[in-house]
Amino acid sequence: MTTIPEPPQNPGTDAAAPPTRAQARAQAAAAPVTQSGSAPAPAGIPVPVHAAPAAARVLDEGTYPALRTPTAPGALALDGVWHQISPKYVIAEVLLRILLLAVIAVGAYAATTLLAQPWPWAWTVAGVIGVVILFELVILPRQARAIGYMLRADDIVFRRGILWQRMIAVPYGRMQLVDITRGPVDRAFGIAKLKLVTAAATTGVEIPGMTEDAAEALRDTLIDVAEMRRTGL
Amino acid sequence: MPGQQPHGVHGPGTAAPVPQTPPGSWSPVTATTLADGEWHRMHPLTPLMKGGLVLVIVLGYLIANLRERILEWFISLVTPAHVPTFGGDPVDWVVDNNLVIVVLLGVLGLAVLLVALFWLSWRFHQFRITDAHVEVRKGVIFRAHRRAPLDRVQGVNLTRPFPARLIGLAKLEVDGAGNDANVPLEYLSTAKAESVRSDILRLASGARHAREATRGVADPAAARTMRAQLAASVDAGVTGLIAGVDLDDIAPEHVLRIPTGRLVGSHVLSGLVWLAVFGAIFVAAMIGILPGVFSDAGPAAGAIAGGIALAMGIPLLLASVAVTWSRIARALRYSIAPTPDGVRITFGLFTTVTETIPPGRIFAVEVMQPLLWRPFGWWSVRINRMSGKAASQQQSSQAQQFNIVLPVGARADVERVLGLILPDVPADVLPLIWEQGVLGPVADDPYTTIPPRAWWRRPLSWRRHGAALTDFALLLRRGRIWRQLAVFPLARLQGFSLHQGPIDRAQGVAKAQAHSAVGPVRGEVSGLDSQALLGMLNTLSVEAARAAATDRAHRWAEEHDPATAGHGLPAGFRPAGDGLSAGHGLPAGLSGSAGLGGSSGLGGSADGAA
Repeated sequence: MTTIPEPPQNPGTDAAAPPTRAQARAQAAAAPVTQSGSAPAPAGIPVPVHAAPAAARVLDEGTYPALRTPTAPGALALDGVWHQISPKYVIAEVLLRILLLAVIAVGAYAATTLLAQPWPWAWTVAGVIGVVILFELVILPRQARAIGYMLRADDIVFRRGILWQRMIAVPYGRMQLVDITRGPVDRAFGIAKLKLVTAAATTGVEIPGMTEDAAEALRDTLIDVAEMRRTGL
Repeated sequence: MPGQQPHGVHGPGTAAPVPQTPPGSWSPVTATTLADGEWHRMHPLTPLMKGGLVLVIVLGYLIANLRERILEWFISLVTPAHVPTFGGDPVDWVVDNNLVIVVLLGVLGLAVLLVALFWLSWRFHQFRITDAHVEVRKGVIFRAHRRAPLDRVQGVNLTRPFPARLIGLAKLEVDGAGNDANVPLEYLSTAKAESVRSDILRLASGARHAREATRGVADPAAARTMRAQLAASVDAGVTGLIAGVDLDDIAPEHVLRIPTGRLVGSHVLSGLVWLAVFGAIFVAAMIGILPGVFSDAGPAAGAIAGGIALAMGIPLLLASVAVTWSRIARALRYSIAPTPDGVRITFGLFTTVTETIPPGRIFAVEVMQPLLWRPFGWWSVRINRMSGKAASQQQSSQAQQFNIVLPVGARADVERVLGLILPDVPADVLPLIWEQGVLGPVADDPYTTIPPRAWWRRPLSWRRHGAALTDFALLLRRGRIWRQLAVFPLARLQGFSLHQGPIDRAQGVAKAQAHSAVGPVRGEVSGLDSQALLGMLNTLSVEAARAAATDRAHRWAEEHDPATAGHGLPAGFRPAGDGLSAGHGLPAGLSGSAGLGGSSGLGGSADGAA
């Protein structure tokens, strides 16, 4: 878990110069990009214009080559470069589910034979759960291809889902912390899950199945840009 | 209580204005402010208020019920050989056996032990306010130390619970940004709590030294005797109970109050809804029961049916009355007033809660009107903010009360309140909020609404249900029967998401959600054209970053360029006469009485922002 450091604050006494140090730094770093379709800023306030943060090459190493999205004309589609996740995510998830199936089978067997008063419905229940898991196994590869994220000039966009599409944009400046978690199975396959936390509980951006290098590179990038653009909450 | 006093903490203070004591009567350790970076303790009567009353009741209950057992156990400790059996009253037995002194000593020992424990916990409970943080440490065995950064303060809450209020104590809670992130300071004398509140807000505002000189409100109570202090505190407590509290430092014409009749009326109207709900349950239950009763019981059926009806009806009636009353009691004596450090909202009849919300801490605002309020032209204003409470507490009705900035008000009141909580609304957004928003839709509707092909998603309100994006805020307009208009300032928008299921896709529409802090204002609109929403997602990306970069509300009193002086604006909140001549910043609606109608309240603040 990495908290985002405080941006340099102007001390109250010598804040006469409007651009904060953070803004000045951002301006120096940013290539001039035209603002698309926004109203002119109020006079006297220099508005920093940011370029999209440079995406490390490692983000696209060992990932799916193309995003799987619905093709219907009314579908949500966004122009830009989508980064994707590693196919190892599917293998790890499949393995987890097979383990789960095994545990359920053992449990059902135990419930029908080993108990003093056998529970006859155990196999039925196990079967229902098993069918649900098998269905998940079938759609997992499709779902994994639909997961993607895009680094734009001022926000990160995360998308997932084919039948039920979800797309969320979180401004860089609003990120409170970036969390990387790796379970034991994830670690065996060298993948990690990256989670963004904002002041809103509902944002819930979790990018699963990133390669460890990509997760760390993305975290560093996000913290960098978040620090530059952070204001208030 | 022990006589040893820590720095600056004295006996019960007072909120009442008292004659000035001559200079020099101060003890040298007494600082004029508690925000001096030193550790301070809570008020010595804190244990009494926190747990003492409960303990006394529990002890009384135990003694009343178990006195024989306790006595038996106690005597077996002292004289193991002589285990008594009580024939009658144990008190008589004690007297008969000349054990009075032993028993009294035991009681005394217990009392001393309890007092010592309380004293220890009080000793170890300290707080400190430095330039950048507020810190609390407490606990004897399990030490806890919490430090919260002041520039993330989301609000300061001063609660006067009814019993504590009578002896002049108050509870101060600094709202942090996060789950369970609050820093409670309980209890302080009311005067100290008010001074700490203003210190915290002053430090949080970034104007660290600018206004320090103008302060200097001391606690003259220290020079007087304990008894006089207590008398004055009780006096002030009772006065506050009658006259209301926490408004002494605000010019009366700036305070917006709600007439009690309107408050009660609005809740009674809402109560009617509850009554209708319970009535429906009642009727349904009766229809289910009565046929059976009449077919089985013969001649006595009427009486039995009447009995069942009463047994069910009375609790339901009482429930709806109780629900309504609890809401009324909490909302009574509501007032909202501008202060230099934010909006101050006070409510409650017996237990008074004062919440100060600094500028730029409000994530979303919603104006809404239930159907039954429409004939009266009443509106309610709710907000989303970080209350710093734990997730489990956020659902409680007490916590939800903190999210209501205007329980019920006429249009002029709503405009004044909006001017206070959104001081930097640009002029071109105002019609979007009111004429085209709350009252809309009108011709040339600027809102993106549900396209006709998807009307069935909101059969009644599809022409109204929609969103509009300006460079200041995202506005969501919903509901024809239950009219709602939500404003999400872009500077504090936490995210924007789109969802599309298969049916949505076939119709080329999608659902959108604006993400903000937890609260009653929902951010969803559904069934809008997906291309329009994608355009919004793209524009928002740039606009949200720009709005955040130019927003200085989180350091509202920091000096900055005069061109931006309209933002977050202390100038607008100055007491009468000061801000008026400045020609900008003072929301015009604030300077007059509540009768000032139209959109003047908002218009004034917009001038300041321009």
